[in-house]
Amino acid sequence: MARKLLLEHINVPGINTFDVYRQKGGYRSVEKALKTMTPEEVVEEVKTSGLRGRGGAGFPTGMKWSFLAKPEGVPRYLVCNADESEPGTFKDRYLMTYIPHALIEGMIVSSFALGAKTSYIYVRGEMMPQIRILERAIAEAKNAGYLGKNILGTGYDLELYVQPGGGAYICGEETALLESLEGKRGNPRIKPPFPAIAGLYGCPTVVNNVESIAAVVPIINDGGAEYAKIGIGRSTGTKLISASGNLVKPGVYEIDLGLPVEEFIYSDEYCGGIANGKRLKATVAGGSSVPVLPANLTLKLANGEPRLMSYESLSEGGFITGTMMGSGGFIVYDEDQCMVKNTWNFARFYHHESCGQCSPCREGTGWLEKILHRLEHGHGKMSDIDLLVDVVKKIDGNTICPFGDAAGWPVAAAIRHFRDEFEWHVREPLKSQETNYGLAKYAEPIAKAEVTTDN
Amino acid sequence: MLKVEETQPVEFSATLIAKFGEILTRFPEGKEKSGLLPILHEVQAEQGWLSAHAMDKVAAYLKIEPIEVYEVASFYTMYFLKPQGKYVLEVCRTGPCGIVGADKIMDHIESKLGVKENEITADGLFSWRGVECLAACGYGPVLQIGPEYTFYENLTAEKVDTLLEELRKK
Repeated sequence: MARKLLLEHINVPGINTFDVYRQKGGYRSVEKALKTMTPEEVVEEVKTSGLRGRGGAGFPTGMKWSFLAKPEGVPRYLVCNADESEPGTFKDRYLMTYIPHALIEGMIVSSFALGAKTSYIYVRGEMMPQIRILERAIAEAKNAGYLGKNILGTGYDLELYVQPGGGAYICGEETALLESLEGKRGNPRIKPPFPAIAGLYGCPTVVNNVESIAAVVPIINDGGAEYAKIGIGRSTGTKLISASGNLVKPGVYEIDLGLPVEEFIYSDEYCGGIANGKRLKATVAGGSSVPVLPANLTLKLANGEPRLMSYESLSEGGFITGTMMGSGGFIVYDEDQCMVKNTWNFARFYHHESCGQCSPCREGTGWLEKILHRLEHGHGKMSDIDLLVDVVKKIDGNTICPFGDAAGWPVAAAIRHFRDEFEWHVREPLKSQETNYGLAKYAEPIAKAEVTTDN
Repeated sequence: MLKVEETQPVEFSATLIAKFGEILTRFPEGKEKSGLLPILHEVQAEQGWLSAHAMDKVAAYLKIEPIEVYEVASFYTMYFLKPQGKYVLEVCRTGPCGIVGADKIMDHIESKLGVKENEITADGLFSWRGVECLAACGYGPVLQIGPEYTFYENLTAEKVDTLLEELRKK
């Protein structure tokens, strides 16, 4: 049984209340940090831990913190990104629902480290129940003297507020989130300046994912060096994985980074294998934005070694034979799933969610959806497949924020690995409406790495 | 495109105005516009949707131009710019929910209620729509109902029927 740093007490009755959370050792990190450490020492511990942003980009959290500008007389802000909207990802909802105080505790320690006196948790508007849970947890913590003026008599003041979003995937992008928090449309800002210099209300700001902030708690309790011992290489610590799709046991799992993908999918401790006795066809390992992989490349690297659940191993092989850790949204497809239909579904999502600010993304995502719609519905042409690749190339890198890239990657990857299935939809327009292409060769061992320069 | 519905002037209740005041205490002086999204949620929770009159009143309250409210209300998908059923069933249709049967759930709701997406039943009780990922992928298919956004998970046709019955009795 793997150790649990974030979810250790998830099944304790009443753990969502301050009293039970406190009995289980909660808020120790606040006492330790505020009473025995300087803010700089807290930042150093987080740097030592090797913690990488859990929202998707995987940027080292301690380093992000150290970039924060500290001009005299200007307030600094910590904003927690709880706008969890990446298809396949539901770990933050889980954490906030069942152990809200883990996030509150992390917010207090992190705000102290950054010198923030006011911090916000930006929660997607649809998570109204979670907003109520967090508001209650904040009131409890304030009542107990862990928030507000002069926390635990240390002279440190902090106010923490919850802000609802309005239902826009783009607000998970940190500058769009800040725009939204300022009461505007969620249009991403041009960077630089980065939020660390000019963020919320033009002041230095750090934006961190829910899970990253919650991970600060065990890092301060046990020390960054202890945290760094868990995991493999530069993928330190534990990670929450949201497992969904055709699995026996979908759900949220805390894993030690470095766990073999095969063990994660098939062992009874985790997902328990593919549902209904079916076979694995494909996975999307890190949320809808990362490249889809066929079964063979999911379980093994191109050189035949087992693939691991770590930032490095998942991206081994680049976009040719690899994928990305992303937010840890692990979607599993069985042999009955149609990759063209799924790609169209994601393209529709991105078209719907594009903020419309940059033409390549606003128009390109529409093209992708339209072309994929006709391929899926039996009206496609063979040239459509290359047209999709062409549209992806024209979006990639030509937009203000990474949304455009994220919209194109799943399409490019689906064509790269499942081109047969796309061509079959064109060749067999009627048959493809009634039946699926099936598992085909996608689970067979790979003879050797195919290297192409296309897409 | 923002289409403004013809409506009568609206009044905000004292409770609602008090909530606005509480919301504005969260932000620094001069940054009251930050309260716009939560305020619009409160207005929609009380009135069911956001009419042009309601948005104008919000603008006046926050001392901003009406367009600043319209452009926000039309950007975010949770705000209704047209009247809806009393209960709006919002079914997730994205990726993971799609592969575990979201389409069938939407078909079932459509035939059971007898109205198409975004239409209101004759009794004014229900409308429904497909929405994008609700971050509950492990429990799909899922749907939510505002204004408290209660969640209904691992849906089947039978569960939808029971839910509709319960809502009718309320």
